[in-house]
Amino acid sequence: MKPRVSVHKFSSCDGCQLAFINAGPALLELAELVDIVHFAEAGPMDPDAPVDIAFVEGSISTQEEAVRIRRVRESARYLISIGACATAGGLQALRNFNAQGVGDWTRAIYARPEFIESLDTASAISAQVKVDLELWGCPVNAQQVFTAIRRLLFGALPFVDNEKVCQACKRQGIVCVLVTRGTPCLGPVTRTGCGAICPAFGRDCYGCFGPAENPNTAPLARRFQGLGLMPEDIARRFHFINSQAPGFLEEGLDWDQGTP
Amino acid sequence: MSQDAPHKRDIRIEVPVLARVEGEGALELKARDGRIEALRLRIFEPPRYFEKFLEGRSWREVPDTVARICGICPVAYQMSAVQALEQAFGLESSEWVLQNRRLMYCGEWIQSHALHVHLLALPDFLGYDNAIAMAKDHPEAVHRGLALQKLGNDLIRFLGGRSVHPVGVRVGGFHHAPSLEDARALGNRLEAALDDAEALVGFTAGLDLPVDEQSFTNVALRHNDDYPMYAGRIVSDQGLDISADDYADHFVESHVPHSTALYSHLDGQPYLVGPLARLNLNLDRLSPRTRAALDATGLTWPSRNMFHSLVARAVELLEALQEARRLLEAYAPTDTPYAQVEPRAGEGFGATEAPRGILWHHYRVDDEGKVLTARIVPPTSQNQARMEEDLRQSLEAFGLHHDDDALRLRGEMVIRNYDPCISCATHFLKVRVDRGEE
Repeated sequence: MKPRVSVHKFSSCDGCQLAFINAGPALLELAELVDIVHFAEAGPMDPDAPVDIAFVEGSISTQEEAVRIRRVRESARYLISIGACATAGGLQALRNFNAQGVGDWTRAIYARPEFIESLDTASAISAQVKVDLELWGCPVNAQQVFTAIRRLLFGALPFVDNEKVCQACKRQGIVCVLVTRGTPCLGPVTRTGCGAICPAFGRDCYGCFGPAENPNTAPLARRFQGLGLMPEDIARRFHFINSQAPGFLEEGLDWDQGTP
Repeated sequence: MSQDAPHKRDIRIEVPVLARVEGEGALELKARDGRIEALRLRIFEPPRYFEKFLEGRSWREVPDTVARICGICPVAYQMSAVQALEQAFGLESSEWVLQNRRLMYCGEWIQSHALHVHLLALPDFLGYDNAIAMAKDHPEAVHRGLALQKLGNDLIRFLGGRSVHPVGVRVGGFHHAPSLEDARALGNRLEAALDDAEALVGFTAGLDLPVDEQSFTNVALRHNDDYPMYAGRIVSDQGLDISADDYADHFVESHVPHSTALYSHLDGQPYLVGPLARLNLNLDRLSPRTRAALDATGLTWPSRNMFHSLVARAVELLEALQEARRLLEAYAPTDTPYAQVEPRAGEGFGATEAPRGILWHHYRVDDEGKVLTARIVPPTSQNQARMEEDLRQSLEAFGLHHDDDALRLRGEMVIRNYDPCISCATHFLKVRVDRGEE
């Protein structure tokens, strides 16, 4: 019997599922190698079917999602979180800094707030259930997900690259935007995987792949201050796509109320 | 318990999973004597509060933030946002910037329309559960779709670095001007795909599409010269002709108990945005080659058949492909891909044509260019009221005597015409019928 795979969506933009859908012929090839039993965006619908690998996109931001992720966990041998929302809460986890909860925000946006059900926080999948492998990125790319599947199909341990964007940037021979232009680039603390596309375009990395191994955030934050950034600007650099990720969360909080 | 009475049947169709704006939802309908008494499309997408956490963010961060609202059409979100912020700052875009924004937008139309036509809608008309199953019997159609989709994605990547949440767009222009060699290579690939795109128009028109003429108001952008995409006034076939600044005077969003998506009305009435409305209102803006392909279908335009949305997507794909090729032929790199931004306090409005229809943004900013308030009206919430109206009409016209499975399938096809962010595959409607119960 072919291995069975599912793809589930929680609070998200759908962009990480496109790692499969944009893969073109590789998606059709995947459909030959495995049974894709649940993938609402691409067609198959059977959310509770037992699977070997469940890919999960999105964060947990409602009571219903908190219940549903448990069902996904129970039905899956391996659970892989894909993208910033699933691994660190994503952009919508910026609500977590709102001490009053989301009540005020709901009242500001919706005319009938009583119809809206939402938790006060958006959390990573690993805060709810055991996650076997985390694939970072906003969005993850096709290579990350297909490499993970291939390795699991061969019975090998998945390899997760957690070196820094700087390394990928240097290997491509890109001129450093931080050193030469004083641009507040997060490349020195951010995980590789994007191909250093931001520095290649002459702009700052904004951390969408989350923290790399041993992110030395404090000196980088002080360097940003030296470049003229205000403490609140530094806090917002770290509290963006991956605001809840270890390292980024604490560094942002340190600058949130002024120079630490 | 009363037995099944054919004249009185309560039908409940559940939509357990629909993506993003549709999110999780259900279609409930009550029918009696072959007429629908009540119909509600219930929406439960978790709120993500983008408009609130944009507050206090710098203008620099807005394009990277709003892209994350939708992974399928991030370019549209970036384009409406930069347009609005540049208006607030009194910044005029250079011709180079305007041309390349249009070029990048073509990429998003091509990938989104190719995805919808081939992978999401076509299985309905060829009788398959999904595109993966369809690929075995119709490999040529699926591969054509995947190739066009890839071409669109590569066009976004050309200016954006990647196709999902691209990183090239900034207020004032682009971070980076691609090389002439890359432009040439991409232009050649577009050229090679033109015949495929042209054939696609006839192919979609030749499908056995249901005939379901309905009455509705078309709303789209209209531009002096071009088929509308990045710029234009907001017009309707009922005489509306306004700038994006005046949108809120005519379009009102309301909130209903059964939905987290807001409902938008034009002067109190539902209306249609998206490919069919755009084409109906802009037939005279098509290039000669697209116009010829459209005429060759033998269909009458403007069309009131919502199922012609599929043909409209193919037409727009061909138009976008030609437009992108023209823009790439004229492409020249520049040392100044963006204008310097001098923030000032003010407000700005942006309206562009996302693949699914008008996407409207409004920002107020302080003198440092920090966002004070943000308001975003996506196309799907604009189509929400029209979708309910359409479901009511088309399910009645289809015939409520059909069994639940047939009603479910038809309901799915009707919803999919609007390509609601992602038209979510095939069997997203579940049917439960309560017979004879109050």
